[in-house]
Amino acid sequence: MADTALSVPLRSPLTDAADRLAAATRASGGAVRLAELRFLTQLNVRLDAKGAAADAVGLALDLQLPLEPNTVVRAGELTALWLGPDEWLLVGPPGSRSDLESRIRTAVEDEPVSVTDVSAQRTALLVAGPRARDLLAHGCSLDLHPRAFGAGRCAQTTLARAQIVLVARDEPRAGFWVLVRSSFAGYLTDWLLDAAAEWGLDR
Amino acid sequence: MLLIPCPWCGPRDEAEFHYGGQAHVPYPQDPAALSDEEWARYLFFRDNSKGPFAERWSHAAGCRRWFNAVRDTATNEILTVYRAGEERPATIEPRPVIPARPAFEDEAVQADGGLGAKPPAGVQGAGPLVSGRGGVGEENQPFRLPTRGRIHRDEPLTFTFDGTEYQGYRGDTLASALLANGVIQAGTSIKLGRPRGIFSAGVEEPNAVVQIEAPFPEPMLPATTVELYDGLVARSLPGQGRLATEPDPARYDAVHAHCDLLVVGAGPAGLAAAAAAAKSGARVILADDQPEPGGSLLGTGEHLDWVEEVAELLEAEPEVRVLRRTTVFGYYDDNHLLAVERRTNHLGAGAPENVSRERVWRIRARRVVLATGAHERSLVFADNDRPGVMLAASARTYVNRHGVLPGRHAVVFTTNDSAYSAALDLSAAGVNITAIVDTRPEPGEWAQRAREAGIEVLTGHAVTGTEGDTRLTAVTVAPYGEPTGWREFAADLLLVSGGWNPVAHLFSQAGGRLRHDEALGSFVPDTCRQAVEVAGSANGVLDLARVLAQGAAAGARAIEAGGYTPESPRLPHVAARPQTPPMHVYVVPGDSGAPRFVDLQRDVTVDDLARATGAGMRSVEHTKRYTTAGTANDQGKTSGVLASGVVAELLGVDISALGTTTFRPPYTPVSFATLAGRDRGALHDPIRVTALHEWHVEHGALFENVGQWKRPWYYPQDGEDMEAAVLRECAAARDGVAFMDASTLGKIDVQGPDAAVFLDRLYTNMMSTLKVGMIRYGVMCRPDGMLFDDGTVIRLAQDRFLVTTTTGNAAAVLDWMEEWLQTEWPELRVHCTSVTEQWATVALVGPRSREVLGALAPQLAVSNDDFPFMAWRETTVAGIEARVCRISFSGELAYEINVSPWEALALWQALYEAGAPYGITAYGTETMHVLRAEKGYPIIGQDTDGTVTPQDLGMSWVVSKKKPDFIGKRSYARADTVRADRKHLVGLLPEEPGTFLPEGTQLVADGVLPAPPVPMLGHVTSSYRSAALGRTFALALIKGGRERIGERLYAPVGDRLVPVTVASPVLYDPEGARRDG
Repeated sequence: MADTALSVPLRSPLTDAADRLAAATRASGGAVRLAELRFLTQLNVRLDAKGAAADAVGLALDLQLPLEPNTVVRAGELTALWLGPDEWLLVGPPGSRSDLESRIRTAVEDEPVSVTDVSAQRTALLVAGPRARDLLAHGCSLDLHPRAFGAGRCAQTTLARAQIVLVARDEPRAGFWVLVRSSFAGYLTDWLLDAAAEWGLDR
Repeated sequence: MLLIPCPWCGPRDEAEFHYGGQAHVPYPQDPAALSDEEWARYLFFRDNSKGPFAERWSHAAGCRRWFNAVRDTATNEILTVYRAGEERPATIEPRPVIPARPAFEDEAVQADGGLGAKPPAGVQGAGPLVSGRGGVGEENQPFRLPTRGRIHRDEPLTFTFDGTEYQGYRGDTLASALLANGVIQAGTSIKLGRPRGIFSAGVEEPNAVVQIEAPFPEPMLPATTVELYDGLVARSLPGQGRLATEPDPARYDAVHAHCDLLVVGAGPAGLAAAAAAAKSGARVILADDQPEPGGSLLGTGEHLDWVEEVAELLEAEPEVRVLRRTTVFGYYDDNHLLAVERRTNHLGAGAPENVSRERVWRIRARRVVLATGAHERSLVFADNDRPGVMLAASARTYVNRHGVLPGRHAVVFTTNDSAYSAALDLSAAGVNITAIVDTRPEPGEWAQRAREAGIEVLTGHAVTGTEGDTRLTAVTVAPYGEPTGWREFAADLLLVSGGWNPVAHLFSQAGGRLRHDEALGSFVPDTCRQAVEVAGSANGVLDLARVLAQGAAAGARAIEAGGYTPESPRLPHVAARPQTPPMHVYVVPGDSGAPRFVDLQRDVTVDDLARATGAGMRSVEHTKRYTTAGTANDQGKTSGVLASGVVAELLGVDISALGTTTFRPPYTPVSFATLAGRDRGALHDPIRVTALHEWHVEHGALFENVGQWKRPWYYPQDGEDMEAAVLRECAAARDGVAFMDASTLGKIDVQGPDAAVFLDRLYTNMMSTLKVGMIRYGVMCRPDGMLFDDGTVIRLAQDRFLVTTTTGNAAAVLDWMEEWLQTEWPELRVHCTSVTEQWATVALVGPRSREVLGALAPQLAVSNDDFPFMAWRETTVAGIEARVCRISFSGELAYEINVSPWEALALWQALYEAGAPYGITAYGTETMHVLRAEKGYPIIGQDTDGTVTPQDLGMSWVVSKKKPDFIGKRSYARADTVRADRKHLVGLLPEEPGTFLPEGTQLVADGVLPAPPVPMLGHVTSSYRSAALGRTFALALIKGGRERIGERLYAPVGDRLVPVTVASPVLYDPEGARRDG
């Protein structure tokens, strides 16, 4: 709903943490890059993967919903994440919610498809840099080696004590998206900054 | 940590899953047709069988799918998984048990060289001694050799022990530096206070367990494992140390790692295993507890060029990680191993603050090769604990690795060949070996070599006693098992070797079984269910050529299993050595009456064990607990097998029948700070905050923890205490206008053509009749009829609802919905999505709330007719898109305004400004609780505890009579739920209106307490001071409470019995006149 109301300046969950994230990035000399990606459009889409709706949504979005578990399909500015056998998360640029939702709803007509705006439910943290995997390995039990979790992979898992959706970006150097519930974002940021201290200046 | 294969996501850590109990227990088709007993059987009875068991799991932290697993309840092995709705697979084979080393072992011994080969040449750089005392100078480190060892003589370090300052070198341990300075006594024993000296050169040390004082206090560290650093201050201990009282300033952390092959131990076998795998591209981790690789070779001084070559090879491979100073201390399910890396300890005060001092590695390995080596075993004889008694190979290590003479005049006491190499190395380094005492009548070739080196060898003899106080002075020797023929030797060092114990701790922790090896006289790895092999002396193989070959073969096999191609690493040529079988001795025959120690650290003697067997103990597990043998922080590394041997002798049974005590993690002590890692202080548990949190902080709110949420509790002003603040906030809500951040309420979007049907089954009341645009309160129960959660249901569209839950139950309710949808009602076309944080919610409460809302929402018709109770509207509030609900948790006219959290602060500030003329007041959870309690609204989890039905709360109206079934319905016809003496929620009014009843207070019938047991009628669940009522009041669950309204009961508070009157739970505005403003 926020993409139409422009009268009020928007505040993301990590607005107040931006300086600390930037400082940690600088202190690491580029070893890790940390930043919040604000106000991304996020839509939860539920439908029967075997039904007609899956193809209809694919055509409408010009993007085939990934059927292989824990993978990502990208098309232009749009990314579709597999969350479950009948569940996807569409991630698009800020402000694209109503356009995406109406394209989906128009395409599927009477098929039982659920579309839920969850743009503010989670915020996105960019974790990049040559030590990004090492940083995430402090709190993520998944094997993040490029052989196991390369470009095109995503996973719902835990980082430290927060549930996250982890996305490996297209290029290995581009790092990861960490999608985290907004209420946990402050905690997870504190945790990431603490873990990144190893690559910061000796204080 | 089990690795559970989610049918969708693949193997994930057990922590990502929730257990759901026995599978294939379907919800009965027609619960109403079941007898009470049949229904109770469905509710409460589940199988509890040993062996394969089908159960439900949810991948809760992942894809949120429920699935079935067949788990062997005896081994914990997950035999198979299958999706919900699928049939259970017919037969499932457990993982095979595999030998610690394959029977087809075909590794060729690559080394050649006949039996006539020369004795080991000692160490590079070994040279003649400068003087009889040897060393750099007589003052500084008089026992230091001028040239030998791997210490850095150009890096002197100063340290303090028991108040005296000493010098050592980089590369020393605290123990080797003490020995270099002639200090061997490093403490006194815990029970008997006997002087004890450095006994070993590694983690097995039972005696030299010291207190570190600086830079940070740390108790009970073996001096043999403390790397020396400049400024180290340590103190000897009388058996136990002290914990620091100030907080530890160091950082600790943990890291997850994954590999194709984990090799534990970088001795000859481990290095060969890693070398075989290194160039294949497989991901290899080699972990070793020492600062440099080499293992036993560092102590023998052999083949160090090969060690260096392999180290360089491993360093060059990007997929090989060598973890030094890293002890693998735990081996858990599915090849999950924990290790601790000591990262900055050895830097002393120079340790960088931003690097963790110690790190826990959580390693998940496809294959494991354990190359953990062997510990030398001691022997039991009279006064075998004096400082100067030392394991033979450890003395050799001090000479070869640290360039230190552990003594000047040594007697060697052995039952096997290995001590001869030690004796020859020590002799070459300048120690006067007075005699080698060998229990074997014919020690063979080695004895010959010793004699050629000028050492007297007493065959068929044993050490029967020692002399000396703070240090050994003499050793008594006699023919083995005979009472005559004693000889005494002056000596300051007695080297002991009773054979070797494979370090099988990790193998045993992995679930592996050990077997007794007759030739070795100890316990060796046998079989295991996990993908692990054991190589080298950890397997009982003591011959170096075979150790190397076995390591290389194990490394190769491990990565071949993962599809990689190993290569044959270059192995050093090892001369074959003469071998004479060892003699198995635990207790040296003959009893002089002097103590004969089995466990040095616990002061347990043969006599103690004899008392245990005399008292009837027949198992080493029992004698261990009776005597404490093996329970010290060395966990019996040198004494465990010895204790088994002694007990076997005492019982007259074979040691193979007795076995060892169980090995449990950790292999070596790990500090709690290390295990806690980053999970302490503010990061110990996540703190969840709303979009308005900063405002609450700035306005002085105190916070209440609700689950992981921080919720404003109350906002004290101008030095108010809690009572004053809450009375003020309550008054504002009842008389003017107040507002609260209600964003933490759980919110679930329920969409789909069958959404209404679904909610009808889930809630006790009817939801399908709710009109779009309207809101209904509802409660959910478990199948047993007990309240589980409550909240509102908003109908957004014909096929779409928004459901709210209590703050603490948001995740549980969503899981509950998914469980029923996925496992029982897959035919329903409904999807549930959490939107808790998609919305920020502000409750606007009080008689003036309509005016405030009206001022900010000009397009909204706010009159009671246009916007009635339990309706919702979409509009803009302060220019922000909002969904406004007319619901009340206080009985007052009230609204809940839902907006995007990105705009929540703007909304809040607008309300604060628009409400200012009416004295708008922010309130917290305490005021919310008072307001709702005055109206008798229960809080799930406070006024209920899982044993309370809606009827118990007086809410029969919320339980549908029309619906054919819903979760819990059948249970309301059970005899138990219709008992007249069930506890009902009632109000309580203390007769003295200022008396406050603490929550949890019991209630009794009489004003005089009868003799115990006193019949209890119930207890107080909520208790407050009310501004509106001008008095205290409480809610309570009381047996037959509704029939007691008006009765006087008594509440024991302190030593008083407070008279109270039972009342209706609705104490304020019972006619509901205030709801519409």
